[in-house]
Amino acid sequence: MDAAQSGAQDVVKRHHILTRIWHWLNAIFATILLMSGLMIFNAHPQLYWGEFGARGDYAWLQIDDTRTTGFVRVGNARVETTGVLGLSLDSKDKVRRVAFPGWATIPTHYSLAAARRWHFAFAWLFALGLTAFMLGSLVNGHIRKDLHVRRAEWSVANIWKDIKNHAQLRFDRAHGTYNILQKLAYIGLIFVVLPTMILTGITMSPAMNAAWPWLLDLFGGRQSARSLHFIAATMMALFVVVHLLMVLLSGPIKGVRPMITGRHAATSEPSQVGEQP
Amino acid sequence: MTDGRKFMRRRDLLRGATLGSGALILSGCDALNENATFRSALRAVDSLDQITHRSLMDRATLAPEFAPSEISPVFKTNGSVTATSAEYLAHLQNGFADWRLRVDGMVANPLMLGLDPLRAMPARTQITRHDCVEGWSAIAQWQGTPLRLLLQQARVSSRAKYIVFHCADDYGALPYYESIDLVDAYHPQTILAWGMNGETLPVKYGAPIRLRVERQLGYKQAKYVMRIEATDDLTKFHGGKGGYWEDVGDYAWYAGI
Repeated sequence: MDAAQSGAQDVVKRHHILTRIWHWLNAIFATILLMSGLMIFNAHPQLYWGEFGARGDYAWLQIDDTRTTGFVRVGNARVETTGVLGLSLDSKDKVRRVAFPGWATIPTHYSLAAARRWHFAFAWLFALGLTAFMLGSLVNGHIRKDLHVRRAEWSVANIWKDIKNHAQLRFDRAHGTYNILQKLAYIGLIFVVLPTMILTGITMSPAMNAAWPWLLDLFGGRQSARSLHFIAATMMALFVVVHLLMVLLSGPIKGVRPMITGRHAATSEPSQVGEQP
Repeated sequence: MTDGRKFMRRRDLLRGATLGSGALILSGCDALNENATFRSALRAVDSLDQITHRSLMDRATLAPEFAPSEISPVFKTNGSVTATSAEYLAHLQNGFADWRLRVDGMVANPLMLGLDPLRAMPARTQITRHDCVEGWSAIAQWQGTPLRLLLQQARVSSRAKYIVFHCADDYGALPYYESIDLVDAYHPQTILAWGMNGETLPVKYGAPIRLRVERQLGYKQAKYVMRIEATDDLTKFHGGKGGYWEDVGDYAWYAGI
């Protein structure tokens, strides 16, 4: 790095304009898709494996109510979740027997038709955005330079060191490159979780089942695709939680500013970790 | 102690800000949801989906069919489980012996067909998956007369664009009805089913005949079909959106997703 040349304030280019645009648009799209998706789930709060599944068939996941309590059942394990999942109070303190409460859904009141319209409109934007970002990142070198895991990084020692660094909240702020855990998280999200979201979503369309029947074989049936869609959405939500936590812990301003301006002031504040031995 | 109080205050502030911004986003989305321009923009996506689906397959591309072993042990009943009009109940009483299916509207040769002549026509048997808009699926075997054969016999006008299905059942206070375009109407799997899982179609599944349009969702699969009408304009029927759930629930007319 040419830190010495620019004196006190070394400005390092951090995020490509394409990465920044996609990041923020995708944050909006994914939030809308998640919240409208929870409303769609509310219409039938059970998940199955295989091709078919309805009330009366065995559901591996159920978020439901007993009229007085809310619960989540996964397989044979049942947890009471009154107040949050299955049964909760709305903003007017009225009891609502829905899987996900109004504050987590779009729209807040029950409307499957409206949620579907939001979901399908933003699914287009989300899918086109991801495709553009992937192609652009291939061309501008983002994948090769920033996300590609180099052979040397694949050592157990390196991964263990990185796990220890994260556990001790030691973050390399100055270096401007991603560590192995970051790379794996981003690769997993961009190339596995998000494409799975899109493809399992398409698999739930009866028309697309006629056009692309291989999708049913790939995911093991429409109800399996619905389950995988929900699981992938959960992983996406978990990614966001960990991502936000990491931004907060490693310095929110130093994390968010380069995602807006594209630039990263590397030496304005001495790195706390740097390349310590 | 001062530190603790300051910390509490800051945490309250943070929580307030999070809840506040969350509530702002939610009420913003609810406001957008009620906005007419935004709604019509979202609705335009329905047509985009239909155009995309149609461009990705042939008009006659078949929906997946399944093996007998994959049939749902219990096929969930949904919507009306019987029609309640005096006329329907009278037909039910005498085994639909006097029941006639009317095919009319923009056709050169209107038809009145009884159940036996309908069953005597070439039939198609298919094991397909029924997908409810709510998210569940059930698989059954359906046996029935391809709609195409009736439309050919009735000689549908070249100006007709849609086929409307008038049903015997009221759902809530309103009569159930549905409509599809001619691509789906002439599709090989689009049948008027009078048999289900090897038996005569039971009343709760739509006896004497129900529609199967296999590339669309459950609310298009009209039960208790009494009359089939060819038309070039859906706005003149009931709520004007082409189907019961389209009118009442604002579901998309094209139900390929």
